[in-house]
Amino acid sequence: MAARHVRTTINGDAVEFVCEADEALLDVLRDRLALTGAKEGCGTGDCGACSVMLDDRLVCSCLVLGVEAEGRKIETIEGMARGGELHPLQRKFLEHAALQCGICTPGFLVAARALLERNPDPTETEVRFWLAGNLCRCTGYDKIVRAVMDAAAELREGRHAA
Amino acid sequence: MHPFSLERPRDLAGAFASGAQAGRNDAPIEFIAGGTDMVQLLQEHVRRPDRLVSLSGLLDATIELSPEGLRIGAAATMADTAAHPAVLEGFPVIAEALLASASPQVRNQATIGGNLLQRTRCPYFRDVGYAACNKRAPGSGCSALGGETRWNAVLGTSQSCIAAHASDLAVALVALDPVVELRSASGQRTVPLAEFHRLPGETPHIETVLEPGEVVAGILVPASPIARRSHYLKVRDRASFEFALVSAAVGLDLEDGIIRDAHVALGGVGTKPWRVPEVEAALSGAALEEAALRQAAALATQGAEPRGGNAFKIELMQRAIVRAIQTAGARA
Repeated sequence: MAARHVRTTINGDAVEFVCEADEALLDVLRDRLALTGAKEGCGTGDCGACSVMLDDRLVCSCLVLGVEAEGRKIETIEGMARGGELHPLQRKFLEHAALQCGICTPGFLVAARALLERNPDPTETEVRFWLAGNLCRCTGYDKIVRAVMDAAAELREGRHAA
Repeated sequence: MHPFSLERPRDLAGAFASGAQAGRNDAPIEFIAGGTDMVQLLQEHVRRPDRLVSLSGLLDATIELSPEGLRIGAAATMADTAAHPAVLEGFPVIAEALLASASPQVRNQATIGGNLLQRTRCPYFRDVGYAACNKRAPGSGCSALGGETRWNAVLGTSQSCIAAHASDLAVALVALDPVVELRSASGQRTVPLAEFHRLPGETPHIETVLEPGEVVAGILVPASPIARRSHYLKVRDRASFEFALVSAAVGLDLEDGIIRDAHVALGGVGTKPWRVPEVEAALSGAALEEAALRQAAALATQGAEPRGGNAFKIELMQRAIVRAIQTAGARA
């Protein structure tokens, strides 16, 4: 199997890598680029722990072939905080203790940001619907939903203030 | 993941020339588009092609409404289709079926063409730990016959395969009489969706009428009163990210509370997206009253063959039809 040269933009930086045809984007991120925030929970698109943005769309990186990322823009959890400053979602997850083991957290944060960018004022039902692709086996989801709602409220206030 | 080589042809001509064949589980060369089902099958060694041919960027992703109806390009994603104003307005059953499918991540990536070609969720097909699966390994037998049948079909089954078709979208679409545009090196042909998927018979590994080197290019859905007053009801083990045990897609043409014409299709019960013409005929001229609806819905079970763990689908499919018609009928 011939290795392929792939050019992408990851978290705003031009990034080139070499990968095999049968390597998922998740494996490229973790094993070749040392971006280990995205996690492999299931490897089959069921759990959402590997969620990343691909050309501004939320996807499971375990279901994307690395080769198919050619020419595309990828955003991962590593790009979410600005330097030392956490994104409001990250802060609210800490405040609400919306995590225990933490494996699902990067995926939830990426998915929640994708939701709030499209819908800044979601109902609880909408939060649960749009986060249905992310599984958590620790929290029972309640704290996660509350953290997302709280972050949404803070982001809305910030928007008004600005 | 199963090892394979991947080609990314520059244009569709290159893709056609590859001879890749979609919808056939013994094909050594297969297409990949959104990849949400294919990569999963490769991860789990269920599909073992030598070569994959990427359709990425080669197929049309536009969704357009014209006097002929709604045309959905094969590369349109499930998410974009479900959110399209023309779909929401004139074809609600399509949007409802899509939003009841998969997860936001998968809907963002999966294409409409690929959705029609997704493989069954029969647990014996998906788990290579079971040697016998005629759909995965032709001639190896069927582990579902005599096994756990909760997720399997009761209509259109054969002694070789009882796997249910997994697509919600295909059930919604087949109720609206669309045609599938197929394209290959020799040009374009159209096939009614009702004839696109094959019954399993003795060759359940051949799932569609696609020829080698042929791709799904788009779907054309006629606009109609039926499509406008349509609804998708999905019954499943949990409220999200789960496949249908039973689903019903209905479209109604009503006048003064009387059904002039009804289209009804079922999911979770058939080996392909399943229309029930006997039910439709009985509904024609009927009032929107429970007794009449129940009587018509009972005809859906003609020829059904329940097997142990899926016998509950016989009653459930009738109730799903009645409920879906009531919901569609109550719409303004």
